[in-house]
Amino acid sequence: MPTRSTEVVIAAHNLKKVYGDFVAVDSIDFKVRKGESFGLLGPNGAGKSTTMRMMSATMERSEGELMILGLDPKQDSPQIRAHLGVVPQQDNLDGELTVAENLYIYGRYFGLSRAYLKPKVEELLDFAQLQEKRNEKVEALSGGMKRRLTIARGLINQPEILMLDEPTTGLDPQARHILWDRLFRLKEEGVTLILTTHYMDEAEQLCDRIIVMDNGRIMAEGSPAALIAEYSSKEVLELRFGSNKNAESAKKLAGYGDRLEILPDRILIYCTDAELVLEKINHDGMKPLTSLVRRSSLEDVFLRLTGRTLVD
Amino acid sequence: MILNAAVDSAIAIAERRIGKPGEQVFAGRPYVMIQRAFLAFKGSSWFVVLSGFVEPVLYLASFGYGLSSLVGPMTSSGDSISYAAFIAPGLLATSAMNGAIYDSTFNVFFKMHHGKVYNAMLATSLGPLDVAMGEIGWALLRGLTYAIGFMIVVAPFGLIPSIWGLLAIPAAVLIAFGFASVGMGVTSYLKDFQQLEWINFIMLPLFLFSGTLYSTDAFPRALQIIIEALPLAQAIALVRDLTLGQVHLGTLWHILYFAVMIVGGLFFTTHRLRSLFQK
Repeated sequence: MPTRSTEVVIAAHNLKKVYGDFVAVDSIDFKVRKGESFGLLGPNGAGKSTTMRMMSATMERSEGELMILGLDPKQDSPQIRAHLGVVPQQDNLDGELTVAENLYIYGRYFGLSRAYLKPKVEELLDFAQLQEKRNEKVEALSGGMKRRLTIARGLINQPEILMLDEPTTGLDPQARHILWDRLFRLKEEGVTLILTTHYMDEAEQLCDRIIVMDNGRIMAEGSPAALIAEYSSKEVLELRFGSNKNAESAKKLAGYGDRLEILPDRILIYCTDAELVLEKINHDGMKPLTSLVRRSSLEDVFLRLTGRTLVD
Repeated sequence: MILNAAVDSAIAIAERRIGKPGEQVFAGRPYVMIQRAFLAFKGSSWFVVLSGFVEPVLYLASFGYGLSSLVGPMTSSGDSISYAAFIAPGLLATSAMNGAIYDSTFNVFFKMHHGKVYNAMLATSLGPLDVAMGEIGWALLRGLTYAIGFMIVVAPFGLIPSIWGLLAIPAAVLIAFGFASVGMGVTSYLKDFQQLEWINFIMLPLFLFSGTLYSTDAFPRALQIIIEALPLAQAIALVRDLTLGQVHLGTLWHILYFAVMIVGGLFFTTHRLRSLFQK
């Protein structure tokens, strides 16, 4: 079992990244503790990947302070990278090599010996469930297999921190679940996971603590459950009245829940007991085309904080 | 599953570099790039390798034996030599350039933009200078193989009249080193395949006018000065001095030219890789 620790592995203070006139990351503060699974949630362009790259010591910060495992990337970036495993958003496996060679040569980039790498490659092929594909070129793999191989590759140096940028974007549901299962195992082994995602279910499944980012700033921070409790209600009722009638119907719906959110295609009613509200609405003679009762999610938190949906 | 000894290992390896010169850009292991290249090479087509060797031999067969009866014997620094012996060093120098440019532009461009292979490498404790030196080192190994192959084919025909000609092999490697270290830096600026065509656009006139097939004496003095300042003319002059055994103080000047090109090119390429992938 992972030992819950208060040891801080990453600390950012006033961290800022500017490209020309564009402020990608705008003076953010956060800490990541050893063994926790830490998520950066936000829409595309929120500054998640930029923050991630600064943490993985492959991008220099413009301003502020950043300490990774007690080291400053400005002085010791190769040493920091030796501690990390990095899984980029876009697979960058070596297409000229086989599956097993990809793992082996990546270890060689760290300077690891053949004696260490031989058993390690076997162990990681098992972990990634890719033993049968070991002698295939990377092109022969499916999207999910490629992503598992990229994660396995990131583990070759026994990293203390594994950084995953959008780990399941573009994968089908089954491949996502296999991947989540692999990440859970790592978490159980005490590896600190840092991941960016714009999928709220992924953040809820995997993260102990998240920061919600938008326009380069941190909008909120906490565990998924705490964020939902703070910024949303227990349940949500989603109603559709047809494209032109939503706004009009919304006027009549004021007062049915704690809060109302009107989206172009649907109306969200935030409340404690969505079934009860739906019953009341039907009883009062309003006829939504469709209705959905669900629990509040991080999507709702994001909507509340920014007025926008996560995936658009 | 977690072996703690190994954790120490990757980190310990990186920590040993602390305080060494260039620790931010150099991890001291360009050889892992050569190892990668060998693995990739095993799985690639031998045809590409063969073509690099065949090209200068075909040129030599075509021009050397086709044209030599028309051109007759040549004089170089007072010695009378066959036309084939005149162009053989030119072709060796040109093929050293072509191979180095191909490896450091087309190959590097593909890895940079399509495979994103360098992104992956530079996310490890490896440095941009390791990557540059490794890629260039591989280009040089290929260049060396081609140069040896070329010499084995042409020497029996008496086209390498001097024993100094043996030094044409390391000279070809030196030339390839110069072109590859600059070429890789230049490639880092290119954005699409169309821009890669510019490289061919520059290489063809270099080949045609740098004194490969005839002496640069044929040009007006002003043009001659410009051409002789260009790297291929320097390369050809160096190899020709050696194969014809006309070694003099100027030969050292050609060597110095490439030494400067190599050092400048490595600085330039390392700087570019770092700003592209680690800044």
